Amino acid sequence: MLLFKAIYHFKSIPRSLGLIVDQCFMIGNKSVPLILIISIFVGAVSSWQAAYQFKFIGAPLRYLGSAVGKAVVIELAPVLSALVVAGRVGAGIAAELGTMRVTEQIDALESMGISPVRYLVMPRFLASTIMLPILVIFSNFIAILGALVVSVFFVHISYETFLNGVRFSFSLSDMMGGMLKASVFGAIIGLVGCHEGFQTSGGARGVGISTTLAVVISSVMILISDYVIAMVLFRM
Amino acid sequence: MDACIRFENVHKAFNGKDVLQGVSLEVAKNESIVIIGQSGCGKSVLLKHINALIKPESGSIFVDGNDVTSMNFNELTEVRKNIGMLFQSAALLDSLTVGENVGLALKECMHLPENERKDIIAEKLSLVGLSGTEQKYPAELSGGMRKRVGLARAIATGPAILLYDEPTTGLDPITADRINDLIINLHLKLHVTSVTVTHDMTSAYKVGERIVMLYNGRVEFEGTPDETRNSSNEVVRQFINGQSAGPIQMN
Repeated sequence: MLLFKAIYHFKSIPRSLGLIVDQCFMIGNKSVPLILIISIFVGAVSSWQAAYQFKFIGAPLRYLGSAVGKAVVIELAPVLSALVVAGRVGAGIAAELGTMRVTEQIDALESMGISPVRYLVMPRFLASTIMLPILVIFSNFIAILGALVVSVFFVHISYETFLNGVRFSFSLSDMMGGMLKASVFGAIIGLVGCHEGFQTSGGARGVGISTTLAVVISSVMILISDYVIAMVLFRM
Repeated sequence: MDACIRFENVHKAFNGKDVLQGVSLEVAKNESIVIIGQSGCGKSVLLKHINALIKPESGSIFVDGNDVTSMNFNELTEVRKNIGMLFQSAALLDSLTVGENVGLALKECMHLPENERKDIIAEKLSLVGLSGTEQKYPAELSGGMRKRVGLARAIATGPAILLYDEPTTGLDPITADRINDLIINLHLKLHVTSVTVTHDMTSAYKVGERIVMLYNGRVEFEGTPDETRNSSNEVVRQFINGQSAGPIQMN
């Protein structure tokens, strides 16, 4: 229901541009340090683990870049970035709107004839849907960089070999699939955070419950939708 | 009586508990009425029915002859533009400055250009004695200042009806009296219809032309401040004298 209401208010995008840009900054720019850290280590560990398995099955290490690149672009970067952003942004949205609910700030907006969905939900929903794919592009780049460092310094393959492997497996459709996933995950994070915030009642305890629920529900929905999208997009 | 606001047999319950049990009440145009009653008796709930922040289970609420209970969101938005509300906690948006709070409806609903908004914000803040506080954030203000900013925000669009939810609660007696003076001044200067909810009898006598007492979800008493002071109704007497013994029991 909240989704349809948010979409209905897309007609107000031109006059809500300032609010949307603010939210893009809050959701996007402020998540960059976190995405940077997790992406380095996601890339690093995926490179190390893949090398370990290659050794176990006797596969040549020249394909290490292919395996890591594919895994990062279609799965690891979108899902792990989304889970981290759900923790930071989804919880933040639920806590902020939940506090606004219990302190009558949302009532105040309504009393002034301002739609809380237009003023609060639509900008957050749109910003998280737009910004997560952008964060995922950044995450892809950093994760592959992390994997490259581990591959060169600890697995001892040359950077040309690793990058050739990445290039070999790279496909634009995989990249677009990962971006689509990220958009859906962003929409889930924004919408669930807003929904839980709006449902808050009962003071500080209620805000705590909404915040926890926002993260838990978003995380579960991200993993379920990841499976569904993967089944639809990446057919064998 | 030329009714500006009319409640007709309004019922409201929360989680199975009846809060309003058939409230019928009229408020005349340009009148200042005060609704009193014990904490939790449904005063604020009644007030929030006027701008449809809360919808009744049954009954109707008419504002300027239009039933707000059957309106869609767009129709309600038009009605709400004509009603200003001061919330119990002031309910200022804490991510916005004082100036942005006061000018919020001017920007988002009336789409006024920035220079016009600035003039109106300065004028309304000056009316409540807070000139020059535009750049402060709500967290930097005292409770009394927040209420006054809330008041400036409530009157920013020039509404014909003003709703005050516990305007003096939590304030020291001097600040509370300043808020009372502001309410009276605004009523006289802006010729608005005022509905004030309070359990502060000093405030009720001062700002109300008529006092209405809610008890057991219904209107128990209506009268002028003098009639209230001299009422023989036991419920009213217990409440205005602040006695623990009497027909009113703890909620």
